[in-house]
Amino acid sequence: MYLADSRGRTPGAAEPQPTAARGTGPGRRHAAAVPGTVLALGTVSLITDVSAEMVTAVLPLYLVTGLGLSPLGFGLLDGVYNGVGALVRLLGGHLADRGADGGRHKAVAVVGYGLSALCKPALLAAHTLPLIGAVLAADRTGKGLRTAPRDALISLSTPARTRGRAFGVHRAMDTAGALLGPIIAFLVLRIAVDGYDAVFAVSSCVAALGVLVLVLFVPARAPRADTGAGGPGAAAPLAHQPRGREERESGGRVTGARNPEARRPAAREPAAVTGRAALDLLRQPELRRLIVCAVLLGLTTVSDSFLHLLLQRRLDLPVRWFPLLPLGTAACFLLLAVPLGAVADRVGRRQVFLAGHLGLLAAYGLLIFTPTAGTAPTVAVLALHGAFYAATDGVLMAAAAGAVPPRLRGSGLALVGTGQALARFACSLALGAVWTAWGGRTALASAAVGLAVCAAASAFLLSDDGDGRTAR
Amino acid sequence: MSRTARVLTLVAAVVVLAGIAVGYTLHAVDRAARRDRPRAGGPRVSSGAVQLAAAPGDRRMVFRNTAWGPHRDELASVPADHPGGPRTASGVTCLRFHAAAGTGICLRAVHGALQDSYRAVVLDSRLRERRHYALSGIPTRARVSPDGRMAAWTVFVSGDSYAGTDFSTRTSVLDTRTWTLQDSLEKYRIIKDGHAYRAVDANFWGVTFADDDHFYATLATRGRTHLVRGDVRARTVRTLRENVECPSLSPGGTRIAFKKRVPGLPADAPWRLYTLDLGTLRETALAERRNVDDQAVWVDGNTVAYSLPGDYGANLWSVPADGGGRPRRLLDAGLAPAFIGAGPTRSR
Repeated sequence: MYLADSRGRTPGAAEPQPTAARGTGPGRRHAAAVPGTVLALGTVSLITDVSAEMVTAVLPLYLVTGLGLSPLGFGLLDGVYNGVGALVRLLGGHLADRGADGGRHKAVAVVGYGLSALCKPALLAAHTLPLIGAVLAADRTGKGLRTAPRDALISLSTPARTRGRAFGVHRAMDTAGALLGPIIAFLVLRIAVDGYDAVFAVSSCVAALGVLVLVLFVPARAPRADTGAGGPGAAAPLAHQPRGREERESGGRVTGARNPEARRPAAREPAAVTGRAALDLLRQPELRRLIVCAVLLGLTTVSDSFLHLLLQRRLDLPVRWFPLLPLGTAACFLLLAVPLGAVADRVGRRQVFLAGHLGLLAAYGLLIFTPTAGTAPTVAVLALHGAFYAATDGVLMAAAAGAVPPRLRGSGLALVGTGQALARFACSLALGAVWTAWGGRTALASAAVGLAVCAAASAFLLSDDGDGRTAR
Repeated sequence: MSRTARVLTLVAAVVVLAGIAVGYTLHAVDRAARRDRPRAGGPRVSSGAVQLAAAPGDRRMVFRNTAWGPHRDELASVPADHPGGPRTASGVTCLRFHAAAGTGICLRAVHGALQDSYRAVVLDSRLRERRHYALSGIPTRARVSPDGRMAAWTVFVSGDSYAGTDFSTRTSVLDTRTWTLQDSLEKYRIIKDGHAYRAVDANFWGVTFADDDHFYATLATRGRTHLVRGDVRARTVRTLRENVECPSLSPGGTRIAFKKRVPGLPADAPWRLYTLDLGTLRETALAERRNVDDQAVWVDGNTVAYSLPGDYGANLWSVPADGGGRPRRLLDAGLAPAFIGAGPTRSR
């Protein structure tokens, strides 16, 4: 929090040291790498995920044993909610960019986190499936609204050269909250038998705390670390840093009027961010290539539940392992998010993003051709799956941030995220159809072939960009 | 706001929020403790032996007792012809239960260090554990075949997505003679309308056994439910009819009691109790007009029992299977009944 303050007041404080010269001590490097705003946002996400996952963990039990309901068929609406959530994300990103003087990311994020926080006490009053479904839908709307402004704030408050690590830190904190939530919920239920309402009440308090940390400790205006971070010659040649275009563009916020290289209309009219300007982002080749790749790869990324189901069936795991599989993926994501984010800063985010998908392809391959059933392939598949998230989730946002000017950052990140989410949703529908017609293994095999093709196409598409290194 | 002011605000908020959270939790702890004390006016419950093999002429109902007191959630028994009378509690706790011919199946929660888990426990006629099997979700249905050899159970498994509402079921079948466990009916071959059928969204629940090799159950796929007839040896199920959930086969094997999703009812209470004649495929709406979300149990050849939500967990009701008569309350604060011993009108 202290860092957030000091950094906020001195936007130029991020020292543009060459990568090779940095790292005299790991602690010092971390301190330099992760701005306070990112730590504050990570804390907000951690607290909010504790709150959300407390509810998620007990909800099935509450519905079945607390309310005596049969929740089957309820999941049919999941797809609809996901689609709506993805579109709300676009809205959240765009609304955040509007507003005077550099956007109102924080305000939109507060609305999003606030809406989700209000849903927790609402669960205390909702006792029927339709009402609970409505509360969950509102919760997802809040999540959709806040995602893009939050990621925009992370990117805007971080020097471009350490953005991968910053997103990694945020994702690791987020995942830590997701792992802690169920444990806390369990402890509440342990001391208060059938105390589902107590779980919701505690979850409400935790959610309120998350919103409060956001309001108090995340600066209303992003410190704009990326404006001061990477001046000409800031990054070592080894580091493949995104400077060039993006730094010029972001520099354009300050020097926009006199920067002859600011080509897009958006950069010349810094006052008003219109929907038109946000849509014009799609004409920007570098961002468009990233979106196309995110969509292509998303179309061949199978959902977690699908992968875990196949894992259990193909490797013939005892059914009691099934609830543990998502924890395996999450734990690996948690462990690798920061290191892989840092690696992405060094070798290039697009490369790491693609490599993550190769990891996913390897997981598919293991599932299709596994020689033996049992523990070893299970652990390997979960490790690859977690590594896939660590190499792609935050890294994609870090890469996308480099292709979008700061004033359109929320809209740009939302376009990438929404494209990816809708593509993954389409993938789920297609896989369900293939599974119905030809079985699970064929479904996964076709996803694997598709992923290989899309990864090759993406490698070709992204080869020009190289994290902005070779951008014209 | 200065930094000090913000930190002070946060500290104050943490204190207030922690107070609310702790207060609410203590309230819930107190409430849970009250449930462990007998309630004035509640049924009389005392410890005693509960058996799954009744002496001739002594027909009993064994069920999960949910009345407040030290025996809450234990299996208890009452005389079948006097279900409102004093209860004998066994000390054996179960969430779901069924029994036939001296074999009981008890689905139970096991409290672990960091997570609760569930297991299916096979009980002998004196409620002693013979074997147990780990479950992958929350217990919902349990059944034993008429001669006590086969057992089946269904659990809810939830997806792990954010605010996950993606539920599915897993249904297992166990042979208690060979201890062969088929842990998911989803591995069965599905013959739907005469054709082989595969679907990632196939879910099974609510097995009811005809004999040791054959059963009926519900298959749900693509938003529709189907009555299926299953073959344990051939590992095959065939669809018979749509919109049949939680089937329960009559003692004579000729009729099925089930819950039917009736169009026009509210989304949170869509089911009515019906019977289906397997010979003529004629459906009969039963006299119970409330929403029933349970797998009914046949009291005898003419009557079915089922649970409805009540003030103390659930209450057990019965209604004639021919569509006539009226619902009758069997007992308060109980669910998952099994009738032990031959009934006067039982016909096989």
